[in-house]
Amino acid sequence: MSTTFEAFETRAAAVSAEVHRFATRHEGLAFIEGFLREVGVSEAPGSGALWVDGSFLEGIGPAHVTSQVPGVSFEVTREAAAVAKVGISQLDWAIAGTGTLVQDATAVEKRLVSTLPPIHLAVLGTERILADFNSVLQRLQPEQINYIAFITGPSRTADIERVLTIGVHGPERLIVVVVDDFEKVTA
Amino acid sequence: MTTEFKDSIETALHNPNLTGALGRFSEAYRISRAKAYEGIDFEAVRDRIAEVKGNASSRFEELAEQFKANAERRGAKVFRTSDPAEVKRYILDLAKAQNVQSVVKSKSMASEEIHLNKAFEQAGIQVDETDLGEWIIQLAHQTPSHMVMPAIHMTKEEVAEVFSQEVEAGQAPDIPKLVKFARGKLRPKFLAADMGITGANIAVAETGSLVIITNEGNARLVTTLPRIHVAIVGIEKLVAQVADIDPILTALPRSATGQLLTSYVSMLSGQVPNTDGSPKDLHIILMDNHRSDMVKDPKFKEALQCIRCATCLNVCPVFRLVGGHVFGKTYTGGIGTILTAWFDELKKSEDIQGLCIQCGSCVPVCPGKIDIPGLILELRRRLVVEQGQSLAMKAIFGVVNNRRLFHSMLRMASVTQKPFKQGRFIRHLPLFLSDMTDFRSLPAIAPEPFRDKFKAIAQPKQAEKVVFYAGCLIDFAYPETGMALVKILNKAGIEVVFPENQTCCGAPARYSGAYEVAAQNARDNIKALLETDATYVVSACPTCTVALKHDFLDTFKTLGITDAMGEAQRLSDRTIDFSSLVKKLVDEGRLTFKEGQHLGKITYHDSCHLKRTLKATDEPRELLQKAGHEIAEMYECDTCCGMAGSYSLKLPEISAPILERKLKHIKDTGADKVVMDCPGCVMQIRGGLDKDGSPIQVEHTAERLEDRFE
Ligand code: SF4
Ligand code: SF4
Repeated sequence: MSTTFEAFETRAAAVSAEVHRFATRHEGLAFIEGFLREVGVSEAPGSGALWVDGSFLEGIGPAHVTSQVPGVSFEVTREAAAVAKVGISQLDWAIAGTGTLVQDATAVEKRLVSTLPPIHLAVLGTERILADFNSVLQRLQPEQINYIAFITGPSRTADIERVLTIGVHGPERLIVVVVDDFEKVTA
Repeated sequence: MTTEFKDSIETALHNPNLTGALGRFSEAYRISRAKAYEGIDFEAVRDRIAEVKGNASSRFEELAEQFKANAERRGAKVFRTSDPAEVKRYILDLAKAQNVQSVVKSKSMASEEIHLNKAFEQAGIQVDETDLGEWIIQLAHQTPSHMVMPAIHMTKEEVAEVFSQEVEAGQAPDIPKLVKFARGKLRPKFLAADMGITGANIAVAETGSLVIITNEGNARLVTTLPRIHVAIVGIEKLVAQVADIDPILTALPRSATGQLLTSYVSMLSGQVPNTDGSPKDLHIILMDNHRSDMVKDPKFKEALQCIRCATCLNVCPVFRLVGGHVFGKTYTGGIGTILTAWFDELKKSEDIQGLCIQCGSCVPVCPGKIDIPGLILELRRRLVVEQGQSLAMKAIFGVVNNRRLFHSMLRMASVTQKPFKQGRFIRHLPLFLSDMTDFRSLPAIAPEPFRDKFKAIAQPKQAEKVVFYAGCLIDFAYPETGMALVKILNKAGIEVVFPENQTCCGAPARYSGAYEVAAQNARDNIKALLETDATYVVSACPTCTVALKHDFLDTFKTLGITDAMGEAQRLSDRTIDFSSLVKKLVDEGRLTFKEGQHLGKITYHDSCHLKRTLKATDEPRELLQKAGHEIAEMYECDTCCGMAGSYSLKLPEISAPILERKLKHIKDTGADKVVMDCPGCVMQIRGGLDKDGSPIQVEHTAERLEDRFE
């Protein structure tokens, strides 16, 4: 498994994603809270973070986060997403071969937090990293899921003089928090 | 050729931004593509793509219905039409009924094909492209010059100027700032739009899914924020099943931008919730616009295997000089020529089909396995059938089809060229013909053609005979190449036979679309060359070798000529190019190189036909090295020299800069000799170096090897 993680990390880093791995969800959460403070998340306008709640916080609870970092909200709306600084969501799978995150993004909240804010923070279980595209498609079946999103690094363009520039319409930073003991809750 | 077209070429060639940007890009592209494909079996991937898309196009009707049923089951409305006007009407009616004020679009070639933006503007509906390149183009009131990078022809200064003029004054030519500016200006448009329009890269019939591939993330916003989503999808995007996505998704980012995967791939299947929780109003338009006509055409069906990666633009020596706008408004480059002929009309391709120099560079790298130059040639042929050959061409081919007349005219030319001849070159031709000698000297017609010289050679009689096909250039301009070949084969104990009735190989006629003329040439040559019972028919001209080996058969097949196919096949089986034959003879121990020779540094130019059709790249190199040469490879050793038969006569303005690059790369090696296997390339490169006053010697491999054997 860890070789899969390393392959994922290498590929993801090559496309400018920032990958961090932790043994437990608590450690992961501590990192996230620190990160949010560091980038200046607060209750001030345009400084909020929007979190789409998922199993990552099971047994911890959103309230814990909001008490730790003011400015984090779990009420995801279009208006809030349009002004948020950070969007946080849980990803379903990852592809080691290309450094890609994969998500059932049918719920519009998941799309809002990963498209509009300049920073997208993705949480993921280490066990969820698979070798290739086909392995993921076998698990996330397009015959049942209406919007599957594949995300490989932050938004980018090379449309002016072919100069690679990060962060056009989507996030300019993609932070991936990978946690080893996640499977216990998602299983 | 229309003067308008010639003018557009001139404008492009005189735009240093364009030629500089494209030149640098095509160089960087090769490297990034190769890197992206590391560890991937490209041949296997493109076999799968050809299979998947080939099968799908045979079943368009069935797959389109299946797609429609599945997508509708999942809440989409699917509208099928063959008519671009109906696509526009459908969308405008929908916009009106839904009170749409503004529209955001992510990149969609299909919408450009039908000029949708214009329809919106006429209806008074605000429409904004959101792909950065497309937005720049829209603001600049231009059309895309490249299928993947629409604004590749513009510099940051030009972009800054467009932004300053059209959006907000005072933008600096700083790329990150320009990108930020675009983000800031387009964000409110995404949030305000009532309707989002996308294309799709793949449409999966079994699930009713659309696959949309982007880097910027604009398609995700376009499909998420507006309450209505309209996807315009050409039916060639259909595949049968989910598993078919894999090879396309493997190839498209790697080939298009040298990425393993783009930043975003979205797979949309049916309705998704809007931001207010209501279900999205999803409309999918499956547009035919002549695609199913293409399916019915046995030659052009394969063009539907295209995945729009634009590799055929990126590697094209012509595209990198003139860019996309010369080709037309929507689809550019080699494949664009073909698509324009079908989606628009054949006549529209009349001028642009002539841009293809038939070098074949795009063929081995096309993920759709499409024979792009072959299809362009077929367009050329059909244009000739439809519109007839020009009178001048008719007169020329009339002569070429009559060997005696043709050959006596060539002999006569050796006399009439006198006033323009200096040594072995023709340096200045009068009047309009001067274009031909403008950028290179032309070879003088030899005072004594090979066919006359041959008679004077005293060959020892041998049991094994090989027939030599000289071709016009060796016969009448470079007889010494033929003499060298005879000498070498004699050394191997082979007697060379030169059938007098051999004539032009028909390549000039074929490459001009005059297949009937080419067929007559083929018949005459088959008769002449099969008369003698020989082990091989050898030629020292790759274009002629390809004619004998492949083109005769294809010309007959295309014209439905069946009576000569058997003979043509026999000739094909027997035909071999000079270097491959000599390599064989060396391997069999029938030719032995002189020992211990140190002949110094040379460089080798791969001729298009030898490399890409006959696939002989190692043979000549190995021979030259064994002879005692060290090969200093030039940069882009296999890029076309710009000769390509009559191309350099029809489009000298493009041929000249292609040659210029080649000469530079030759000179950069520091070698004092450049060797090649094609007399056409010899003519072009020798003429160019002569014009430059360069001392570098140009030789055919046969001449270089002439005295190298024991
Ligand atoms: S023809 Fe081939 S190389 Fe050109 S865009 Fe299509 S798939 Fe790519
Ligand atoms: S054959 Fe050569 S000139 Fe023609 S489209 Fe392909 S790369 Fe361009």
